[in-house]
Amino acid sequence: MRAPVSWLRELADVPKDATGLDIAADLVRVGLEEEGLHGGDIAGPLVVGRVLTVEPEPQKNGKTINWCTVDVGEHGQRVSEGKAQEIVCGAHNFGPGDLVVVVLPGGVLPGGFEISARKTYGHVSNGMICSAAELALGEDHDGIIVLSELLGAEAAAELAPGEDAIALLGLGDEVVEVNVTPDRGYCFSLRGIAREYALSTGREFRDPAHLDVAEPNDDGYAVTLADDGPLEGRDGCDRYVARIVRGVDTTATTPQWMQKRLTQVGMRPISLAVDVTNYVMMLLGQPLHAFDLDTLSGSIGTRRARAGEKFTTLDDAERALDPEDLLIVDGSDTPLAIAGVMGGESSEVSDSTTNVLIEAAHFDPVTVARSSRRHRLITEASKRFERGVDPAVTAAAAQLAVDLLVEHGGGTADTGVTDVDHRVPSPPFTFDVTLPTRYVGLDYSRDEVLATLQAIGCEVEERDGDLVSVLAAPWRPDLTDGPELVEEVARVRGFDQIPSVLPQPKSAGRGLTHGQRVRRTVANTLAHQGLVEVLTNPFVAEGRFDELGYAADDARRLSVRIANPLSDEAPLMRTSILDTLLDALRRNVSRGARDVALYELGLVTVGSSSPQAAPVPAANARPDDATLSQIMTAVPTQPRHVAFAAAGDVERGGPWGPARRVEAADAVEWARTVGRAVGLDLAVVAARDRAPFHPGRCAALTLPDGTVVGHVGELHPKVVAALDLPDATVAGELDVDVLVAASGTPVQATQLSTFPSAHTDVALVVDEVTPAAEVESALRRGAGETLESVTLFDIYRGDQIDDGKKSLAYRLTFRADRTLKTGEVSALRNSAVASAVSAVGAVQR
Amino acid sequence: MSGPNTNYDPVEPAALDPRTIDEAVASALSAVAEAGSLEELKALRPTHTGDRSPLALANREIGALPPSAKAEAGKRVGQARGRVSQAFAARQVELEAERDERVLAQETQDLTVRVARRPVGARHPVSLVSERVEDIFVSMGWEIAEGPEIESEWLNFDALNIGPDHPARQEADTFYVAPTGSGLVLRTHTSPVQVRTMLDREPPIYVLCPGKTFRTDDLDATHTPVFHQFEGLVVAEGITMAHLRGTLDAFVQRLFGDGIVTRLRPNYFPFTEPSAEIDCQCWICRGQDPSCRSCGGTGWIELGGSGMVNRRVLRSAGIDPDRYTGFAFGLGIERSLMLRHGIGDMHDIVEGDVRFSRQFGMEI
Ligand SMILES: [Zn+2]
Repeated sequence: MRAPVSWLRELADVPKDATGLDIAADLVRVGLEEEGLHGGDIAGPLVVGRVLTVEPEPQKNGKTINWCTVDVGEHGQRVSEGKAQEIVCGAHNFGPGDLVVVVLPGGVLPGGFEISARKTYGHVSNGMICSAAELALGEDHDGIIVLSELLGAEAAAELAPGEDAIALLGLGDEVVEVNVTPDRGYCFSLRGIAREYALSTGREFRDPAHLDVAEPNDDGYAVTLADDGPLEGRDGCDRYVARIVRGVDTTATTPQWMQKRLTQVGMRPISLAVDVTNYVMMLLGQPLHAFDLDTLSGSIGTRRARAGEKFTTLDDAERALDPEDLLIVDGSDTPLAIAGVMGGESSEVSDSTTNVLIEAAHFDPVTVARSSRRHRLITEASKRFERGVDPAVTAAAAQLAVDLLVEHGGGTADTGVTDVDHRVPSPPFTFDVTLPTRYVGLDYSRDEVLATLQAIGCEVEERDGDLVSVLAAPWRPDLTDGPELVEEVARVRGFDQIPSVLPQPKSAGRGLTHGQRVRRTVANTLAHQGLVEVLTNPFVAEGRFDELGYAADDARRLSVRIANPLSDEAPLMRTSILDTLLDALRRNVSRGARDVALYELGLVTVGSSSPQAAPVPAANARPDDATLSQIMTAVPTQPRHVAFAAAGDVERGGPWGPARRVEAADAVEWARTVGRAVGLDLAVVAARDRAPFHPGRCAALTLPDGTVVGHVGELHPKVVAALDLPDATVAGELDVDVLVAASGTPVQATQLSTFPSAHTDVALVVDEVTPAAEVESALRRGAGETLESVTLFDIYRGDQIDDGKKSLAYRLTFRADRTLKTGEVSALRNSAVASAVSAVGAVQR
Repeated sequence: MSGPNTNYDPVEPAALDPRTIDEAVASALSAVAEAGSLEELKALRPTHTGDRSPLALANREIGALPPSAKAEAGKRVGQARGRVSQAFAARQVELEAERDERVLAQETQDLTVRVARRPVGARHPVSLVSERVEDIFVSMGWEIAEGPEIESEWLNFDALNIGPDHPARQEADTFYVAPTGSGLVLRTHTSPVQVRTMLDREPPIYVLCPGKTFRTDDLDATHTPVFHQFEGLVVAEGITMAHLRGTLDAFVQRLFGDGIVTRLRPNYFPFTEPSAEIDCQCWICRGQDPSCRSCGGTGWIELGGSGMVNRRVLRSAGIDPDRYTGFAFGLGIERSLMLRHGIGDMHDIVEGDVRFSRQFGMEI
């Protein structure tokens, strides 16, 4: 909401020297956040000029320009060249002798337009004769400003060429723009902002709604309020004032001062009737509607829309109405407007309108909010009604509109005044005056609390002790409970007065949970191995699951769909992190990175084939256990995963040696290192047919009980092609929740033997397809407890062994609680080999 | 070596002649001094200290002397052998030192050659800031609570006093889960975690709820549809706005620097009453630089929203608002990150370019 400082001065006792910045600071203090300062952005020389000569010069383009000389007093060319100011002007609504507004070279017009002498149409134009629009004074359809028309002949007669026009026209006026929070609908008006200014500064507030209002009588236009479908027990309309002005010249020009104010608050002047309703709304916060009386059938009523009913609003859109929409209808049941949102075309005031009916009504916030949302129509009226309009200002607003139409449109007001008033008074509530002190932690005396309540318009009835009865001001429907009044008391004293006290939990916290610590360890472990953490958006395209090669019945195809995705290309939630991480890999490669290793830790979605809707029970009380449990179970399972992906070299080449390309084995190592970091020795099991991996280069990581933690490997060449990834990209994904659940049992340490270890090597020939992990575990089983480690140090394929075979060379290290004798070591070795022979058919080389 | 036995003098054989011994010593010393390497020195040893060296022969002759002469001759020969062997040892040390110096010089490597065999890993700064903030609150005795990102509408809105017709609900730019009426949204804040916590346990509650949140904003320099927040919640007996302010002050001092304070400004949020906007003193200029780019010269930086937990929210979570009061606050991690590290464009934070995370490393 924009508040012109000059307008604000009419409503509140603003000190003469207060700037827009000062006023903004005063408003911020009580909670109206500053959004900006406008205006005051015009710089002279801007002076009054008297037109001396006007020479029309037709141009080749069909236009005629005027080559003028203007007396601008002791300025410009008079000073520099000793002659009158020479200016080219395109407008024609003036002649010699007229007083106009001239901006001279060096001046700056609103919007930062700097004026300089410039060559145009064969002349040097030394400045510009200004229109109202150029000075941001309003719309002007008829050319430049002629001061005798703008200010009246009498006032213009007092002027002399060369006088400063900035002060004359109030162009130095600043406009303070504030953000209005949803609880302060009344601040969508100058009246409200002036009230807040007065509250903040303790200065006087002059209520613009205090005017002579005609008493309602039975002679007014017939209005019947009916509502067969109240929402939440409240009628859609509880007050409707109708006033009639006849014989209005709706083509009359809106007075400049009103146009200027409307422009300042950000509205476009349109026509007298519309401008007057907008002006009153901006001043008092009461939206008005002007009907062409002659298009109405003799009465006005309200009702809810019927199913299937349609209505064309002023913006020329046909709207399918909902039975919750409240309509204004005329006597023949023709809809005239969606109440509080927008009117219709048929009853709109036009240039031919002479008799105007002014509607000032109070509509239910919920009804208006729903209609506005349903029809995606956020209007100045709906914005105010849904936040609450002062139901006590209705008649005054109508009166002011009538007065302005009569004054500027030359009409006559009907003596009949309709005011259908069905308001249900809101009940007072009890308030404990010690609550502010207890809530804020700062002492507020009883007197201060009561003074604040009165200052914000509450009626307070003192009772015994600390409890008082409070009736909120009609423009403050947000004040319904103690804490809301606490905020009022606190903001009037100032939030800056609140002390700073660090609360101490009575019992010490438990620190991070095991799961939280494991998560950090997992993330840090991968980073320490050279991978870079990224965070990707979890939205995926429907085709992604095909690209990843998921089978038709793969559970990972079951996801959650966003009803209103940012992009229709990506409406699903990811079911694995690789869904979106691989895009980040490609982006890095496309930006020129050749060697990339990424990881991400985050939630994924487990979709359900029969999802249940989550109930949305009423608030303000704990739902019953059954409902609560329904809510909780309807929320999809979202396990935490970690995934990684890498392409290019994992070890770079350089003076120290050649590069090494990343391979599936690196992914295995990363996964196992993650496991070891949280105390788990993950087993590696060959896995075939696990999308999106290469069928021969994929492994599952498992816990001792067989639980699969995740899969790693090289991506399937088809996936690489579909996602446009570098060849042989490797990847992996682990379920962190599984790691968390499996870890955390304290490790039981074995006592270290200080006796020397003994080692022995063994080479075993096995079938090519035999997994090394099986050979190793057979060796372990056979070697027994004194085996300290098994290390595969070579794999040989070639002439010395048969085709389809490979030779695996292991070093076995033994250690016991004594020094092992050579004979013992060879016995252990033989036992290990025997185990491998029987388990995997190994042959010792 | 004995000469021909022409004028045999049993008292003093030629080998024991003092002159001969002196000459042998002098010859040995000069040869040792001239030895240029350990090998040369080694080669000199048989000639000057070997079994057939003059001094060894002289020594052998001593036994043949009459007892009266033995002592004097023994002393003379012993001293001579001592000098020679000392000279050898000294030269040995010298030459070894020279050799060591030469070898070390030969072994010199140019360690300024930049070795980058393994690429450097990094955490994402959003994670690092998040963990840092968690640690700050954990150190104050708080706990960290988490919840799902796809959340029920009731927990995301209704329980937080954002009713179906509340303007804030329409302004929330919410992602809804299909089909219509699913009752599910992508959480627009981490506040539902606060409600879950309150539903789960009795006060006193001191929890921080960090996490990912969603709004239907298109990605631009300052907005992202997926961002991170942390929200704090305290519910206990006697909690006041002063406690809120004290907590925020303690927090910004730990994250941004000693002496930094916060400022509260009245505002409106449906889930708190009273509600306050949190400003933090500019930690770059501390309000001293009118041309400061971080705070626009105002000396204050807007951090987030806060307030006393609305009584309706407490009731929705089954907590007695007449017995307990509480405060809550919420701050954006991306915003803190951008301010703290001078990041000008949101794209860099969300696009997953490894160059971005690498700037931060493992500690922030
Ligand atoms: Zn600053």
